[in-house]
Amino acid sequence: MRIIPLQRKNLSDTTFLLLVTIGLFAAMYAAGMIIFTNQGFAKPQMFLNLFITNASLIVISCGLTVVMITGGIDISVGSVTALVCMVAAYMMEKQGASVYAAVSVSLGIGLAFGLAQGFLVSYLGIQPFIVTLAGMFFGRGMTAVISKEMISIKNEVFLAWANYKIDLPFGTTNKKGVFQHAYIYPTVIAALVILILVIILLKRTKFGRALYAIGGNQQSALMMGLNVRRTRFFAYVLSGFLAGLGGFLFCLNSAAGFVEQARGLEMDAVSSSVIGGTLLSGGVGNPIGTLFGVLIKGTISSLITTQGSLSSWWVRIALSALLCFFIVLQSVITSRKRKTKSGSSGP
Amino acid sequence: MRFKKVLCVLLTAAVMTGLAACSGGRQPSPAPADNSAGASAAADNTDGLIVVGFSQVGAESDWRTANTKSMQETFTADNGYKLIFDDAQQKQDNQITAIRNFIQQEVDYIVLAPIGETGWDTVLKEAKDAGIPVIIVDRMIDVSDDSLFTCWVGSDFRKEGDIAVAWMETALAGKEKVNIVHLQGTIGSSAQIGRSEGLEAGVSANSGWELIAQQTGEFTQAKGQEVMESILKQNSQIDLVYCENDNMAFGAIDAIEAAGKTAGINGDIVIISFDATHAGLAMTLEGKINYNVECNPLHGPRVEKLIQQLQAGQTPEKLAYVEETAFDAATITQADIDARAY
Repeated sequence: MRIIPLQRKNLSDTTFLLLVTIGLFAAMYAAGMIIFTNQGFAKPQMFLNLFITNASLIVISCGLTVVMITGGIDISVGSVTALVCMVAAYMMEKQGASVYAAVSVSLGIGLAFGLAQGFLVSYLGIQPFIVTLAGMFFGRGMTAVISKEMISIKNEVFLAWANYKIDLPFGTTNKKGVFQHAYIYPTVIAALVILILVIILLKRTKFGRALYAIGGNQQSALMMGLNVRRTRFFAYVLSGFLAGLGGFLFCLNSAAGFVEQARGLEMDAVSSSVIGGTLLSGGVGNPIGTLFGVLIKGTISSLITTQGSLSSWWVRIALSALLCFFIVLQSVITSRKRKTKSGSSGP
Repeated sequence: MRFKKVLCVLLTAAVMTGLAACSGGRQPSPAPADNSAGASAAADNTDGLIVVGFSQVGAESDWRTANTKSMQETFTADNGYKLIFDDAQQKQDNQITAIRNFIQQEVDYIVLAPIGETGWDTVLKEAKDAGIPVIIVDRMIDVSDDSLFTCWVGSDFRKEGDIAVAWMETALAGKEKVNIVHLQGTIGSSAQIGRSEGLEAGVSANSGWELIAQQTGEFTQAKGQEVMESILKQNSQIDLVYCENDNMAFGAIDAIEAAGKTAGINGDIVIISFDATHAGLAMTLEGKINYNVECNPLHGPRVEKLIQQLQAGQTPEKLAYVEETAFDAATITQADIDARAY
């Protein structure tokens, strides 16, 4: 009986945090369009670039959001990305493997990370932070073991995928009077498809509901008869798999394998999820919010690059301010939730 | 409860206004600096300012800072330019993002100091499609199609390595066995590849030379020191340290001195360094660096010359190397240092 109102409460919190994120993004982007209207900020391509450059981050952050909804964390995703890029580059360049083999191995690596970490976290009950920290070191270390040098991918099929520009039916005229089509890359489509699948998974399936229930209150989820361990296990498997896929998308954007690649990407993904309204304590989160979290990060760096004279370290400073704001907002919501909970159990 | 929700909304509104105000406040600040070029794109056409987007690797070394400064001093509004500068903080994806941004801003020229050699095909193709010439500075890039960039200007790193090796051959001529420690730059960068190739060729050509340790210090002082400390612990006999830039040499010298040894002309360990920055030459004058090979960072005027050629409709040379010298601690004078612009 008590489950239903609790669920409803969660959803409304999610919606509220989501609205804040979307509002913030709209406000920032609108401000950019007004201030930098002559510097191309109002062009549709500028908006599409947010998706092009952040396609891999969108996929990776979606995976992280799933894990964070269960109250966990996965900080290995950046290293998995680097490892995937390196392995894909190594296979195609040094061993003459086909692109298809490289894709399967990339996904396999992500899956393997997810399986191992998920097992350790859910069946052995180890802190997810420590498990994935180990995964992070392992991934980065393995990347360096495979090759310390940067491997450039010259595989023709791969480059054809990477450079496959999809022209959209609209565009703008540049100052030389030439009409330029707006464009996206296949990575953007892949990222959006993944996003939609994750939304459906979280909102419309039993597994998704179970994730929220576990994150909201593990004890009551257990009492409801949910298989907490298995659900949590699959959350990490999913996150690992998406990190592998996101890693391959990252590789398509940079066309190279390198040890230093994607350093700090996990933190970008965590901050995107948090800005997108995912509670670190679990139970609340929405992939749409995460998408906007990623877009907000992209917009801040676009604004600062367009401005042209500010140091790009301001991106980090602006992000930290936003994170603080969202954490405060979340704690207000959590404390309110606690109050309602104790209030409802009183009478 | 409803009250709190209202409070949240108010808080959000406050932050958003703050943000808007912040970004609004940003605009006037660059305007005076640009000599009223603040009216942005409108000014680009009417005032005839040439807009240059410059994507820099970061600020990891003194050489890099001098390089950035040279660009900023050359491309000023007084000289007829508007420079949009982006510091990529050592991340290639930041550089790719910055170039995409430059394309949308419709800059006239893109100047790229690439962090690594590869991974530029996609974004440079976008620049080419948009008809924006790309000038590569410093490190070389490796792309499938050479028409993706207009020209390149920078150093012949392999030659720099060879210069250092030639000096080593003369200076170490009497020694039977030389234990060499090699502190490499960021792996994959042209500077690292060229300078490492030079040394490796030298080691295979001289039978007494032995490479006892080879590790990257990522061109930074902190990493150079850290790596050198661990190498010193593992090896008792080190005769020479080949540092691929000045900052790593500073770190290595600190580590050597902390270990109770001495470096330089009167010391136990010979130090070879590259870049010859102001601070590096000061150390050379002091005698702590035995030999410092120059890597000229003043790219601004050279890039400007290329842009002027392109503006005039000429086709500049595809690859242009710069003249570089080297400084020996035995012969360097204060006048050498004072004569340099960086």
